[in-house]
Amino acid sequence: MRFALLLLGLVLLPVLARAGEPTDAFSAFSSGDYDAMAAAVTELAVSGDPRAGAVITALQAGRLYANAAGQLLIREADGSFRDIASGKPATVDEDDVRKIRMNNAVRRAADAAQGGLRLFAADPATRRLAAAALFKSHDPASLPALSRALAKEQDPSVRALMAEAEAAAMVMSADAPEAKKLAAIAIIRARGDLDASALLASIPNPTPAVAAAAHDGVVAIQRVLQLWDVLESVFYGLSLGSVLLLAAIGLAITFGVMGVINMAHGEMVMIGAYVTFVVQDVIRSEAPSLFGASVLIAAPLAFAVAGVIGIAIERSLIRFLYGRPLETLLATWGLSLVLQQAVRSIFGPTNREVGTPSWMSGAVPLGGLTITLNRLTIIAFAILVFAALMALLRYTALGLKMRAVTQNRAMAAAMGIRTPWIDALTFGLGSGIAGMAGVALSQIDNVSPNLGQSYIIDSFMVVVFGGVGNLWGTALGALLLGVVNKFLEPVAGAVLGKIAVLVLVILFIQRRPRGLFPLKGRAAEA
Amino acid sequence: MTRGSFATFTPPALVLAIAALLVAGNVALPPSSPLHVSIFVISLAGKYLSYAMLALALDLVWGYAGILSLGHAAFFALGGYAMGMYLMREIGTRGVYGNATLPDFMVFLNWTELPWYWHGFHHFAFAALMALVVPGSLALVFGFLAFRSRVSGVYLSIITQALTFALMLAFFRNNMGFGGNNGLTDFKDIIGYPLQADGTRDGLLLATALLLSLAFLCARFVVTSRLGKILVAVRDAESRTRFLGYRPESYKLFVFVLSAIIAGTGGALYVPQVGIINPGEFSPANSIEAVIWVAVGGRGTLAGAMLGAVLVNLGKTYFTSALPEFWLYALGALFILTTLFLPQGLIRMFARKPAVARPEIPSAKERPA
Repeated sequence: MRFALLLLGLVLLPVLARAGEPTDAFSAFSSGDYDAMAAAVTELAVSGDPRAGAVITALQAGRLYANAAGQLLIREADGSFRDIASGKPATVDEDDVRKIRMNNAVRRAADAAQGGLRLFAADPATRRLAAAALFKSHDPASLPALSRALAKEQDPSVRALMAEAEAAAMVMSADAPEAKKLAAIAIIRARGDLDASALLASIPNPTPAVAAAAHDGVVAIQRVLQLWDVLESVFYGLSLGSVLLLAAIGLAITFGVMGVINMAHGEMVMIGAYVTFVVQDVIRSEAPSLFGASVLIAAPLAFAVAGVIGIAIERSLIRFLYGRPLETLLATWGLSLVLQQAVRSIFGPTNREVGTPSWMSGAVPLGGLTITLNRLTIIAFAILVFAALMALLRYTALGLKMRAVTQNRAMAAAMGIRTPWIDALTFGLGSGIAGMAGVALSQIDNVSPNLGQSYIIDSFMVVVFGGVGNLWGTALGALLLGVVNKFLEPVAGAVLGKIAVLVLVILFIQRRPRGLFPLKGRAAEA
Repeated sequence: MTRGSFATFTPPALVLAIAALLVAGNVALPPSSPLHVSIFVISLAGKYLSYAMLALALDLVWGYAGILSLGHAAFFALGGYAMGMYLMREIGTRGVYGNATLPDFMVFLNWTELPWYWHGFHHFAFAALMALVVPGSLALVFGFLAFRSRVSGVYLSIITQALTFALMLAFFRNNMGFGGNNGLTDFKDIIGYPLQADGTRDGLLLATALLLSLAFLCARFVVTSRLGKILVAVRDAESRTRFLGYRPESYKLFVFVLSAIIAGTGGALYVPQVGIINPGEFSPANSIEAVIWVAVGGRGTLAGAMLGAVLVNLGKTYFTSALPEFWLYALGALFILTTLFLPQGLIRMFARKPAVARPEIPSAKERPA
C-alpha cells in the first residue's frame, strides 16, 4: 500500500512541480517546522525548478533568510540580499530577516537533494559523479530523484551507475518490497566491488530471503575481489620483476657469462637514466614537439653511451684483473664511487626531473585492476630487450663467438676468435643493456647519483638466484623475486617483505649454491 | 728476538705506545703547549683504533681463510648496538622525558614497557658479553649454513652483502625497538664516568688500544698455529685440503666466528667514543670500505690491516673536511690503484718477502673456461 502511495507520489511529483508547487515548498522553509522543511527540500530537488540549486546551496551554507512575510532571501557573499521568488536584489534591513536553521534531518535531506540535483545536470560527467556519490550515500530519500533521472537518462554508462545507485537506495529503504530488494541485490552484486560488498553486508532488517541473497552476494563479491587482488599482486610483481630483470640482465652477462663481478654495473644504469635526462633537456629547448619520442631516442643513445663506457672500462681496468674475481669486485666498486662522484659533480647531488611522455602516463582499468601504462611499457620493454639479447646470442656471429668464448676460451682462441675483443664487446653489451635499463628506471624512480646503488644488491641477488651464466634463469629469477616480493608486501609490509626476500634468497643459496639453473659440466668448474 | 716474535709483538707495542703518547700529550701537557693533544684528536684516535679492530677481523677471514666478507660491518654494528643499548639504559632519568626505564625514543613512540631483548642491558658486563655473543652467534648460524653448503668465493661475498643490507633495512624500522632511523645517541656516561669528560675519553682510548693489542695477539696466535696453516691451505686450495682429510668448513666457521667477535668488540668500543650508533653503520658501503683498508694495508698480514684502517681513515678525515668533493674520487682511485698496482699492500713495501705467496697460476685456474 505504502509502495503504491510512493509510486503515486513519483508519478504525481513532476506534475505537481510543473503546477507551481515550489511556491508552497518555499513557504515550508519559513514555517520553522523541520519535518516540513526536510520534505520541502526533497520535493524541491526533484521539481526541476531552476532556483532549487541556489536555494539548497544557500540553505546548506547558512545564507538562506526569510522575512516576516515568509519571503525567502539569499544573502550574497557581499552581504546584500536577493529575493528568490523574483530573483531581484532586495533592500532589506538585517534586523527584519531571520536566518533559516536546519536540524540533522533537514541537513541530510539537503545533502541528498544536492546529489539528486546534480543527477539532472547537463554534463554527463557531473551526472556520473552524482550517481556514484548517491551510491555511496545510499540514502532511500534519493529514490524519487533517481527514478526520475533514470527515466530521462540517455547515456548508457550513466544509466548503469544510476541503476546501481537506485538499487543501493532500494536495499536500504525500509519499506521497499522484497522482490524489488532482491532485484536490487542482484544489481549490486553484479557491480562486484568493495563498496558493493560492504553495502550488501549492511542491509537493515532483512527478510530471510533478502538476507540469504545478500550473503550470497557478499561471498561471491569477496571471491572475485580476492581473485583481483591476486591478479593485482601478480601484475605489480611482474612489473617489479621486469625492472629487476632489466637491471640484472646486463649483470647476468658480465657476471654470468664472463665471470666478472662488476660492482659499477649500477652506475651504468644510473648513466642511462642521466642520458634520458639530457635527451629530454635538449628536446625541451630545441624541439619540444619531439618530447613524446624522448624515451625512444634515449634508449639507443643510453645503450651506446653506457656501452662505450663499458668497453673503456674493460680495456683499461677489467682485463688486468681476469682470474681475480675478488680484486675485480674491489676495483669496480672503486670505479662506481668515482662515477657517482663524477655525475654528482656534473649534474649536482639532487634528484633530476625526468618527464614521462604522455603516451606512457595514465592508467587503463582492466576489470578490477588498474594497469598503469608506464609499468606496462616497462614490462614490454623488458621482454623486448630480453628477446633481442637472446636473438643476438643465438643468431648472430658475435653471439656465436661470445658463446664459444664462454664455453671454452682456449679452444675458441685456437679457432681464431680474438677473445680479448669478445671480452670487451661482451662487457660493452652488458653495460649497454644496463644503460637501457636506466632509461626505463628513470620513468619510475628518482634520477639521482645514487640510483644505481639501490639496484645493485637486488641485481646480484637475481643473478645468483637464477643461476650464474644462465639468462633464462635470470629472467625467471627476476620475475619470481618480483612476484614473491609483492605477495609478501601486504602481509609483512614493504621493508619486512624485502628483508624476507633477502633472507629467502640467502637460505635458497644454502640449498642450491649455484642457483636455480646451475651450469653443468666443465663450465661449472670455472 | 726471532722474526716471528718481532712480528708478533711489535704491532701491539706500537699501538699501545702511540695511544699512551697521545694520552700523555693530552693529560700532562698544558693546553698552551704546541705538543698538547686535544680531546678531539684523542676521540679520533679511539675511532681509528676501533676501525683497526674491524680491519683486523676482516683480515683474519679474508687474508687467511679467503672469505671475502662484504658484510663485516654488520658484526661491528651489532657490537656497537649492544654497547649503545647499555649506554641508553645508563641515561636513566636524565633523558628528555625523564623515564627511568624506557629510553627516550620508546617514550616518544608511546611504548609502555621495555621489549624483552632490552632486559639486562643496564648491566655493563651483560652488555659487554652481548657485544661478543650476538655477532658471534650470527656468524655461527650464517657461517654454518654457508660453509656447510660450500657457498664460497663471490657468492659468499654477495650473500654477506645481502645480510648486512637486510639488517640495515631491519634496523631502520622504528618498531624494531632500536631507535629506527636516529639510532641510539645522547649518551651520558659509561660505568659512572661522564662520556664528555677528558679523563673518560683518555681511558677509552687506552682501553681500545689494549683490546686491539689483545685481539691482535689472539689473531696472531691463531694464524701462526697449526690451525692457521690449515686455514691458509683452505684459502689457497680448498678442494685439495678437503681431499687430505680436513674439514674446511669447520676451520672456516671457527675463524669466521672469531672474526665476528673481534669486529663486535671493535663496534662496542667505537660507540662510546663516537657517541652515536645508527643503522647507517650496516650499509654495505661501510663493509666494502673496510675491505679497502685491509687491501691498502696489506691483506694477510694482520698488522697491515690495522695500518691500512688508520691510514685510510686519516685520509678520509682530512679530505672530507678539506676537499669534500674530492674524497670519493680519492677513495675510488684508492680501490682501483691498490688492486691494480699494490696487490700486496703497503706493509709489504717494508717487508723482505711477501707473507702471502700469490697463487701460482691464477689465470689458468680461475679464469672462466
